[in-house]
Amino acid sequence: MKEFNVINSRVPRVDARAKVTGDARYTADLSMPNMLYGALLQSPHAHAKILNIDTSAAKKLIGVKEVVTAKEASPIKFGLSPARYDEMMFCMEKVRYVGDEIAAVAAVDPDTAMEAISLIKVDYEELPAYFNIFDAMKEGAMLIHDDYPGNINAEVHQEFGNVEEAFKQCDYIRTDKFVNKKQDGAFIEPQACLANYDMDGNLILYSSTQAPHYVQRILSMVLNVPIGKVRVVKPYVGGGFGPKASASTLELTACFLSMKTGRPVKMVFNREQVFMHSRARHQFFHELTTGVKKDGTLVALKNTCYLDGGAYSSFGIATIYYAGSLLGAPYKLPNMKYDGYRVCTNTPTCGAQRGHGGVAARAAWEQQLDIIAEELKMDPVEFRLKNIMQRGDVTCNDFNMSSLGMKECLEAVRDGSEWGKKKGKLPKGKGIGVACGFFVSGAGYPIYRSDTFHSTAMIKLSEDGGTADLYTASAEIGQGSDTILSMIAAEAMGIRYENVKIHSGDTDFGVDLGAYSSRQTLMSGHAVKMAGEDVKRQVLGVLSNTLKIPIEDMDIKDGFIIFKKGNVDFSGLRSYYIKEHRGWTDQPAGDKLTFKEAARIAYLEKGVVVGGGAYKPGELGGKYKGATVGTSPAYGCSAQVVEVTVDMETGKITVDNMTDAHDCGFAINRTNVEGQMQGSLSMGLGEALFEEVKFDPNGKVANATLGEYRIPTALDMPNVKTIIVESDEPNGPFGAKEVGEGAIMPTIPAILNAVYDAVGVRINELPITSERIFMALKDKEKK
Amino acid sequence: MKQIITLTVNKEIYEIAVAPNRTLTQALREDLNLLGTKEGCGIGDCGACTVILDGRPVNSCLILAVQANGSEITTIEGVANGRDLHPLQEAFVEHGAIQCGFCTPGMVLSAKSLIEKNQNPTELEIREALSGNLCRCTGYQKIVEAVKIASENMKK
Ligand code: FES
Ligand code: FES
Repeated sequence: MKEFNVINSRVPRVDARAKVTGDARYTADLSMPNMLYGALLQSPHAHAKILNIDTSAAKKLIGVKEVVTAKEASPIKFGLSPARYDEMMFCMEKVRYVGDEIAAVAAVDPDTAMEAISLIKVDYEELPAYFNIFDAMKEGAMLIHDDYPGNINAEVHQEFGNVEEAFKQCDYIRTDKFVNKKQDGAFIEPQACLANYDMDGNLILYSSTQAPHYVQRILSMVLNVPIGKVRVVKPYVGGGFGPKASASTLELTACFLSMKTGRPVKMVFNREQVFMHSRARHQFFHELTTGVKKDGTLVALKNTCYLDGGAYSSFGIATIYYAGSLLGAPYKLPNMKYDGYRVCTNTPTCGAQRGHGGVAARAAWEQQLDIIAEELKMDPVEFRLKNIMQRGDVTCNDFNMSSLGMKECLEAVRDGSEWGKKKGKLPKGKGIGVACGFFVSGAGYPIYRSDTFHSTAMIKLSEDGGTADLYTASAEIGQGSDTILSMIAAEAMGIRYENVKIHSGDTDFGVDLGAYSSRQTLMSGHAVKMAGEDVKRQVLGVLSNTLKIPIEDMDIKDGFIIFKKGNVDFSGLRSYYIKEHRGWTDQPAGDKLTFKEAARIAYLEKGVVVGGGAYKPGELGGKYKGATVGTSPAYGCSAQVVEVTVDMETGKITVDNMTDAHDCGFAINRTNVEGQMQGSLSMGLGEALFEEVKFDPNGKVANATLGEYRIPTALDMPNVKTIIVESDEPNGPFGAKEVGEGAIMPTIPAILNAVYDAVGVRINELPITSERIFMALKDKEKK
Repeated sequence: MKQIITLTVNKEIYEIAVAPNRTLTQALREDLNLLGTKEGCGIGDCGACTVILDGRPVNSCLILAVQANGSEITTIEGVANGRDLHPLQEAFVEHGAIQCGFCTPGMVLSAKSLIEKNQNPTELEIREALSGNLCRCTGYQKIVEAVKIASENMKK
């Protein structure tokens, strides 16, 4: 067992005190002198031609400083992946969903801005609108975008092995359909931003974003400001979970209005706008056919999926790939075929949300695997164990399991939940279910084609040697990356956690692709570890010259210099430090040479002690089309056992117990790992049992409040038994990999399987409402 | 027409002029610059704006500033004693009850008003007291644990 001083512990988060006292500043808390407030005019129609926009009355209103529409704004299209840039700051010819942005106003206060918005007159010609993929795909349906024939936004066709041939060798084959509902991110902080374009042509945007780097690039591209003059700063962010990972019209508009007015402009979404903007979970219609041998060996999977993507592409090109590529693993599966179709509809745009693209697929398949296990008269845990991959295995789509504690996870939840005592032995109305999950630990490739580093880091020592300032552009959004990276920096340098001061979330601090695809611990962590080791090497280098001791005979741990070959007389050095440090109160003492002293000596010799680190994954994965999505330097995995009670009269489900094991490679902070697991489970439980974005007949979100769109409360969540599995990932810093998203994967199917165990019905449409259970029970009675 | 109101916030007395439609959240955040109170929905659904008003936890976004005239209010800025954290805050920090932190001020205030009335809350009582405060990050478990631990520490 390796020995560590900082990592693998439970130190409190670096930002906990600021957050618990109300000191932490989020974007909506910021203001600037002379600031204006922006507001957006959003479409009331789901699909309509814009015939005319009359802004004259709005412009005349006292206090209005600027009114802009597509006429004034940049016509440059943007989006998430360059292959499908299909959004514009404001709609040019038509609107494509209720909420599509048409115009914006900057005024002296929010009320005036809103009043001006209400004075803008738009003449529309309504067009046929489609609120589900079936209508949108119908022969003769009007195109939502001219570029997407049949309203098919993207198609993916992949085959690994030979599925039709493989089915011929199967003893048992079955097909099931499954559908989820659109889920909302429901982060508690609505999006906000504050932009300032100064007299020297520098643009600064404070934004509640997950990906400052991508926002910086889009601002530069659309607003035609050199990238070096665009700075994006992310203050504290109140949760993101995916939807905050793309640059938005809100951000572009604030910047544009600031450029036009020469004053800072602040814009904040209200809750309804959060729902309309969405960029959250897609709706997926899966049809899965799985073939197995009598002995339970998995042989082949055919997966067809239609995704309702809403009005624009956003992250959807990645989503459609993930909906196929994340199946198969964590099981050995030699043959897999995937056909995916992402369809545009006149509804809010869907994007990435925790477990990007894979959550519905996973729910569908893990439920089907449960059915198959039953047909084969095998215990579901045994069935899964029989097919499980292990470290060193490679999937048929070329994902390399450089570490995989899947077996350990399954065994841990089996034993931790007393599966053996409960499975098949619970009274009617009570049930237990199991499922596995699997996820990337950072996208292997950036969203735009490039050889860019994915993360850089810089550490600078203070002149007294007492503080290490860590600069990273990574995005703390609540997941804890500031804490994890501070811990990694401290460990790498050999100093104490409290002596690291992190500065993050600012494009001026380097390059970091941001908080998405569960990448910060592994990728930013690598860069930070390199920077820390660089600093350590430099300090020891100077010390080696001064003390005439080879570097290899020294180390730094817990803030002290270790002389491996026994005691060294450093009294000269100490008196020098004390002399240098005259008048200060924190003079070193004791019989060990401190890092601080050594760092001061290094400063006196070099002037600048700065360490750097930069990470990009090497060449990874397969060469087929789409191989870049799903390919990752490492994969996290998890297993879960859920126990439920179903009221046989009303169909009401109560989740009684959840036992979750997650392989995070190596836990940098054990409390944070558990926190990610518990948070994932609650989001999964919500999606399983009640979350559903609904639309009225005109395509407007019908439940755009946190009262009507219900997320789990403290009363809905049971206590979760969390088990951390550590498989020591060779491609991760100190062996660490993801936990932020993978942990959500098994939750929905484990609940589905537990419900079946309780009442004997299979539900293949989410959410598993009382009504669905009740109807399924009625149907079963009839049979 | 603006109206002059008096609020006692965190033991300080303030006199401010507010428009009749100004919410207490806005008055606290914008007029008094007490930015620790968060706004997540503005319509009483999320609890992020919770403050303690005359001893009761309330959603400050649902109360007009003029209605609060003459009342005594505790916001998150008034929970710690100078640099010393309240035992609840200590427990939140130590036991991982904070992730993004956006729900945290409201959670702390709901929890504070619970343990002021009930020094021995059960898990269920804690969950009930916090059920109006939504948290999307934590799954609530570590928050509930922190409140329990704080209530025990406060008895010592
Ligand atoms: S902001 Fe007041 S309850 Fe949400
Ligand atoms: S910690 Fe993020 S909402 Fe509670």
